[in-house]
Amino acid sequence: MAAPLLSVRNLRTVFGTGGGGIVAVDDVSFDVAPREVVGIVGESGSGKSVTALSIMGLLPQPQGRIAAGAILFEGRDLLQMPPRERRALRGGAMGMVFQEPMTSLNPVFTIGDQIVETIRQHERMGTRAARARAVDMLGRVGIAAPARRLDDYPHQLSGGMRQRVMIAMALACSPRLLLADEPTTALDVTIQAQLLDLLRDLQAEFGMAIVLITHNMGVIAEFADRVLVMYAGRMAEEAPVGRIFDAPKHPYTIGLLASTPDIVEDNVRLRTIPGTLPNLADLPPGCRFAPRCTRAIEACGAGQPPMRDFAADHRAACIRADMDAAP
Amino acid sequence: MTAAPAPTPIITVDGLAKHFPVRGGTFLNRTTGAVRAVDDVNLTIAPGETLGLVGESGCGKSTVGRLILRLIEPTAGRILFEGTDIAGLAQRELLAVRRSMQIVFQDPYSSLNPRMMVEDIILEPLYIQGARKGPETRRQAQKLLETVGLPRSAIARYPHEFSGGQRQRIGIARAIAPQPKFIVCDEAVSALDVSIQAQIVNLLQDLQQEFGLSYLFIAHDLAVVKHISDRVAVMYLGKVVEIAPKRTLYATPRHPYTQALLASIPAPHPRLRRQRARLTGELPSALAPPPGCRFNTRCPHAQDRCRSEVPELRTLAEGHQAACHFIDQIPAPAPLGGSPRNGTAP
Repeated sequence: MAAPLLSVRNLRTVFGTGGGGIVAVDDVSFDVAPREVVGIVGESGSGKSVTALSIMGLLPQPQGRIAAGAILFEGRDLLQMPPRERRALRGGAMGMVFQEPMTSLNPVFTIGDQIVETIRQHERMGTRAARARAVDMLGRVGIAAPARRLDDYPHQLSGGMRQRVMIAMALACSPRLLLADEPTTALDVTIQAQLLDLLRDLQAEFGMAIVLITHNMGVIAEFADRVLVMYAGRMAEEAPVGRIFDAPKHPYTIGLLASTPDIVEDNVRLRTIPGTLPNLADLPPGCRFAPRCTRAIEACGAGQPPMRDFAADHRAACIRADMDAAP
Repeated sequence: MTAAPAPTPIITVDGLAKHFPVRGGTFLNRTTGAVRAVDDVNLTIAPGETLGLVGESGCGKSTVGRLILRLIEPTAGRILFEGTDIAGLAQRELLAVRRSMQIVFQDPYSSLNPRMMVEDIILEPLYIQGARKGPETRRQAQKLLETVGLPRSAIARYPHEFSGGQRQRIGIARAIAPQPKFIVCDEAVSALDVSIQAQIVNLLQDLQQEFGLSYLFIAHDLAVVKHISDRVAVMYLGKVVEIAPKRTLYATPRHPYTQALLASIPAPHPRLRRQRARLTGELPSALAPPPGCRFNTRCPHAQDRCRSEVPELRTLAEGHQAACHFIDQIPAPAPLGGSPRNGTAP
């Protein structure tokens, strides 16, 4: 792999203070290469969104803090950077799209004002030139009559259009990395498909890397090159997308795939993962998935299972995953 | 699995319509228009059958569910429960029918009263029907909890002590408490995590087997609907555009909207990534739906006639109906499992 664009090392993010803090992200490490699309998939409380917020430096203050680890962007540790430099990166070389476009756009400013502000925050550019760039960006994300739309307020746009505006804003300063946190989750399926197509086209055009966070295995199958599966704040598995679907190693990944109803095959009964998602304030000792895992043995409760290599680029945190046999 | 229409359907909906008035004027005191949320919908649900109802936001699918239960009053149409028209029943008479018709809501956080104990939550339908609280009803509550996979001790706890999936089990226990014949599941698994969603889907199927329930399963997730339904109806802007047994609908969708909807589903496997015909444009406003076929503004096959004349549902095969003027000229779509996109699958 080429020198990574983004390198997350042993990230640990904690909410709350003192000894009673909740560890939302625990010992997470992964790389993103230039132009690569990495999908992070997991359920509620898996730590996928907190990982993204940690990378962007957008943890809610003062509750959230990074307790350990490093986040290297183009070789420089973001956590050691002066706040001014970090602000310059955010919205510039690193763009972000959130799930809920209505809450991430300011309702009292026109979308033109907001895109222009973003551009001028990062580049020395006059208002007129920035407006021209904004019109160009709105056109590229598929908004009809972009010059006219510039003076619309967020409430005048549909959910799908607002998300296009968010993408235009995130891409306005040609980021090298785009973090997209559930960018299509709140949208209808036909609009979701349009936006995934758009992101794929824009990625080809702008050549940025994308970290896509989702709970939807279908979105992962459509979009990701490489996949990170998270469970209860820790990494369960990491592999190229084909291997995640064809040869998953971690029992959680296997269970997650089996729980998803298949649109092609007919299955009489869904296979399920028993039990409920763990409470982060009251985690089991040892492997966090062990209480729900059908393959768990006593040793699983003894300590955190380390990430083991199964193939080039394929790692899983399970002491029971078979090294050779297919699941 | 195909529904035989021979026995009396549990639910028959005939010409159902709901128009919500829109207020305007300086004091919002004039009716300036109407949202035609549901327009001339006809459906039947057989005993023991699950009818899936799909469509995007604002298509009227939830309104149909609420109309059938008469949680909201229809503007027009008949709703027959086992052959009896309930659209005109007075509240007193309705109470007796309500016993047999229940609903499970989407959000297990807002649909359970946080200040009530689980025992009272799940027995409330029985209290409303006149049951007196006592040792007998408590045993009933414990039995209901066991049926939905929760411990008996849960009766004395409050909703906040449970996770989302467990709360949905409580909501289901409440729905089956009065031993209904028919349950509307309104996005009942949509808010749940995938691993929990599968548990609840299986529970709903087990309960259907055990008690012979009929379901109207309203959802936007086409894969879940395919899994659980016997037949599926597709709605667009207040109208049913296609209805068929599920295998027929997913294998050979005929209406251009159904085809587009199915083509929008993300591939289930990276090998199946493909270039697909996407729907362009967005949903028109239900305040001013396009004249003629409501789908004409987004339909790749639309012609002049589609912009003026409303298409009626036509029978294409046993149990398969679609509302499109040019149904015979619409080419079949690529199969869902087929034709990988060239060279991009990893």
